[in-house]
Amino acid sequence: MSASSVYLDAATAAPLHPVARQALLAALEDGWADPGKLYSQARRARQLLDAAREAAAQTLGVRADELSFTSSGTTAAHGAVLGGLAGRHRAGATLVHSAIEHSAVLHAAERHVAAGGVAHSVPVDRVGRLDLEAWSAAVRAPGVALAALITASHEVGTVQPVAEAAAVCGDVGVPLYVDAAQSVGRVPLPAGWSILSASAHKWGGPPGVGLLAVRKGTRWESPWPADEREGGRTPGSVNLPAVVAAAASLRAAAADAAAEATRLDPLVDRIRTRVAAEVPDVEVVGDPVLRLPHLVTFSCLYVDGETLLHALDRRGFAVSSGSSCTSSTLRPSHVLEAMGVLSHGNVRVSLHRDTTESDVERFLAELPGIVAGLRADAGVVGL
Amino acid sequence: MPDEVLDCRGQRCPLPVIAAARRMPQVPVGTVVRVLADDPAAAVDLPAWCRMRGQEFLAAITGPDGPAYDIRRTH
Ligand SMILES: Cc1ncc(COP(=O)(O)O)c(C=O)c1O
Repeated sequence: MSASSVYLDAATAAPLHPVARQALLAALEDGWADPGKLYSQARRARQLLDAAREAAAQTLGVRADELSFTSSGTTAAHGAVLGGLAGRHRAGATLVHSAIEHSAVLHAAERHVAAGGVAHSVPVDRVGRLDLEAWSAAVRAPGVALAALITASHEVGTVQPVAEAAAVCGDVGVPLYVDAAQSVGRVPLPAGWSILSASAHKWGGPPGVGLLAVRKGTRWESPWPADEREGGRTPGSVNLPAVVAAAASLRAAAADAAAEATRLDPLVDRIRTRVAAEVPDVEVVGDPVLRLPHLVTFSCLYVDGETLLHALDRRGFAVSSGSSCTSSTLRPSHVLEAMGVLSHGNVRVSLHRDTTESDVERFLAELPGIVAGLRADAGVVGL
Repeated sequence: MPDEVLDCRGQRCPLPVIAAARRMPQVPVGTVVRVLADDPAAAVDLPAWCRMRGQEFLAAITGPDGPAYDIRRTH
């Protein structure tokens, strides 16, 4: 990154945590052997894997044997959904999920429906918060095998009422799966879930490592071809150096999480306030209070999202967008759609441990001019 | 029934919204404009625009001309 470039897309991938880099390099030396074999190199690899699992489990507050390392957050989400449904197929074939789940969860739901199952999507309100009444009705209906709720929206940051949603599930004995990719390593985890997934590159670990936790007593059946590794929950050999780096950086990120949240939260507030005040015709979306500490999303009326991303990139700002013109499917973000908020001209800004106040100030100083310039080019000023 | 039709078929986001924003101030208050727009983002963005601008979003319809959105100028 050049000195003038400001990376603001941690919700996609946070820059590698220094602890991750250190652990990764050490484990490349020391952890290349197959931990399943019976020679000394393998025993060393096994020790590293066991220690990584122990550390990550401790951070999540689960038992080590409840936790598996997968090849991504996406794979973990697929396993969580399909395995949770398979394990409870006798109870029914319905998956209840929020309308704002990550595409990994929705694609697993599509697979379930294609195989004859049912998926029931529960709406959210204008700030992207789960409709608990609708959730309760859906979960209490007959034939529900699994319920899935993201802990906090990856697109707009709104924290979901997981404890309340879990209480409903508990009442009727439906296991709750939480996609905690945006929460793990940043904010305390909610209680009441049976299955959890997360993704290492969201907290500063390397890409290509996911976490899948299945609490004891949860009916979960692997949807994959048989493989005894990782507790039988995910097939294939683990990328051990990356797993070691993921676990080490998770511990470091979790230890700093409260302080980082305290530092980043006011910066997000500043972005919310200043963007709303200084960019005309902008909609800052998501819950202003019950939100992740590091993520904010807004939409600029009459501005093309892709053009805006490119203009920001030219000025050195890396951000993400939920606008349809920026997606390969050319559909607007299903999250913005479910909330009923403006989907074009959309920008998601997400901060991380290297983000400074001056980064944010520079972004805030340049954004109004960039948006005004694009509106002038498009001839939409004054509309 | 709409008073007039604004054909934005084939236009990508945010062009249908811009077209509606240009047209609405030119029609008398009370006029219902039907926006034909096949871009999927229009289904989200036309109601959002109405909310932001205080115009009335009446309905989304799928007719012989594809997806359509009725908007009434209220002020
Ligand atoms: C909420 C959420 N779930 C799942 C994923 C998928 O994780 P990964 O990128 O590791 O496949 C992401 C990241 O895009 C996410 O934000």
